Amino acid sequence: MSTDAEQITTEEKSADEKPVAKPVVKSVQVPAFEKSISDKVVEKFGDKIKVEFIKENRVGIKVSREDVHDVAEFIRDGLNYDHVESVSGVDYPQDKEIEVVYHIGSYSDSSLAKQILVLATRAQREENPIPGKDATKLPSLRDIFYSVEFHEREVFEMFGVYFTGHPDNRRLLLPEDWADLPPLRKDFAIKGR
Amino acid sequence: MTVELPPGLALQKVDERIMTLNVGPQHPGSGHMRIIVQIDGDYIVACDPDPGYVHRGEEKMAEYRNYITNIPHLERPVIHDSCNALYPYVLGVEDLLGIEVTERAKYVRVICSELNRCIYTMYWLAIYGIFLGHSTMFMWPAGDRELLIDLMEKISGARVTHSHFVPGGVRNDLPPNFEEVCLRQVNYFEKRIKEYAAVFYDNPILISRTQDTGVLSREDAIRLGTTGSVLRASGVDYDLRQKEPYDVYEELDVHTNVMKEGDSYARSKVPWLDMMESCNIIRQALQKMPKSGSVRVKLKPNPKGKGLDSVYKRVESGRGSLGCYIVSDGKVEPYRLKLSVGSFRNLIALPYLLKGEKLGNMPSVYWSLNYWPVEADR
Repeated sequence: MSTDAEQITTEEKSADEKPVAKPVVKSVQVPAFEKSISDKVVEKFGDKIKVEFIKENRVGIKVSREDVHDVAEFIRDGLNYDHVESVSGVDYPQDKEIEVVYHIGSYSDSSLAKQILVLATRAQREENPIPGKDATKLPSLRDIFYSVEFHEREVFEMFGVYFTGHPDNRRLLLPEDWADLPPLRKDFAIKGR
Repeated sequence: MTVELPPGLALQKVDERIMTLNVGPQHPGSGHMRIIVQIDGDYIVACDPDPGYVHRGEEKMAEYRNYITNIPHLERPVIHDSCNALYPYVLGVEDLLGIEVTERAKYVRVICSELNRCIYTMYWLAIYGIFLGHSTMFMWPAGDRELLIDLMEKISGARVTHSHFVPGGVRNDLPPNFEEVCLRQVNYFEKRIKEYAAVFYDNPILISRTQDTGVLSREDAIRLGTTGSVLRASGVDYDLRQKEPYDVYEELDVHTNVMKEGDSYARSKVPWLDMMESCNIIRQALQKMPKSGSVRVKLKPNPKGKGLDSVYKRVESGRGSLGCYIVSDGKVEPYRLKLSVGSFRNLIALPYLLKGEKLGNMPSVYWSLNYWPVEADR
């Protein structure tokens, strides 16, 4: 064992010249298949949606909170996406908005196995939040994608975004007696940092 | 004193026949998690999982640390699978910074990730054994995983929390003679786990306790958005190593284990079959790996993202797809980091599967979901 350790140290010394990281020049070409997915959404909804990015295997779509339910329904019925992998909240205090991002994938359609559709929408942000009782509300997608159930509960407790139409908006991870701000908002600071 | 309850918190009236039972958070049958079950005699009529007892705020902590100091704490949610836990984060940061990793580093990562998958699955299997009162199945995997832990210790210096993956490659190169030792250990390991069939998987008592309990149909597995072994045990052929290959998985021959039954037995068998597949992948990777070369590209100190950007990367971990969503605003810390973990995604199936099941079947159904409480809570 000791000889092993010595050998490792000697080899590390000899392999001193490490290559320096060079930023890879990525092709600006828009991937065709991903473009066709976003085209279908644009064709259906026109200027109600904004295509944020088209990357390899990822299509980003931004939509207002009034239209998110309709767009999600089209994504399921028209584009064959069938489950939500992740629902993330992102707090933007300078815009006075909280973004909720759905990462939607498909198991049943093998051509979409690699694809993730990133559906983003924004809720109004309150300076002094009262979770569930203020204007920070979004329509729930639970009746379209059953898999968002626990994810939306998590976003509600962590950001204070209430999902109207969700049957069960209780706390999930936080303690029942948590009385502070929703902890993943930017104005909730870790003590000592 | 009347406290106005937030929406969704209103108390429920239950029937007089029905008893509410708290399983956990200290009960060995739940493990850092409470399952509130309502039972009518011996049958479960409703189940409400209550995670959060080991919530550490990993996502909040990540917003206060730079891309390099985030490495050690992001593997903490599931230390037995620490390489896989870091994998999507490292891939995401490389994408944000625009780094290309060397070929040898990619192979080292694949080997480490497969070793870790086996280490995690053995631990999970040990607990599954003791959940069902099968102490031999607790002792054997707990002992045999030491073989692979020794290998990981040789590679990274740490037994469990390796922090071995870094943006730009891996921390250290493989030690000398590693290929030989690894091949020998992995071959022996594979021989050992094949012996588990006789004592565990072909055991009539195990089969009678797990077969046809907690059946998840293919349609429901898709609708509930389950992942990993739970999904594959319900007949959906979906493994990210094959469907969306990252690093060098494209060059390796990855076979996906699929079972059609969707019961607890299938869900407990798929991870075991996956371990044999991992041994295959390690052998292939050892053969195809470039024999020398650098394993790490140098980064600038305090690397920064390029303006407002976001990336979502996912890998196949021991518990299914593990996604990492990073939003960068061009500073040294991530603006937001979200982990979408397999345990949390599979949890949604628990109330669904336990409804109408006998209380005695709860441990086998619950642990067959390949659920790791600490990972689900993050």
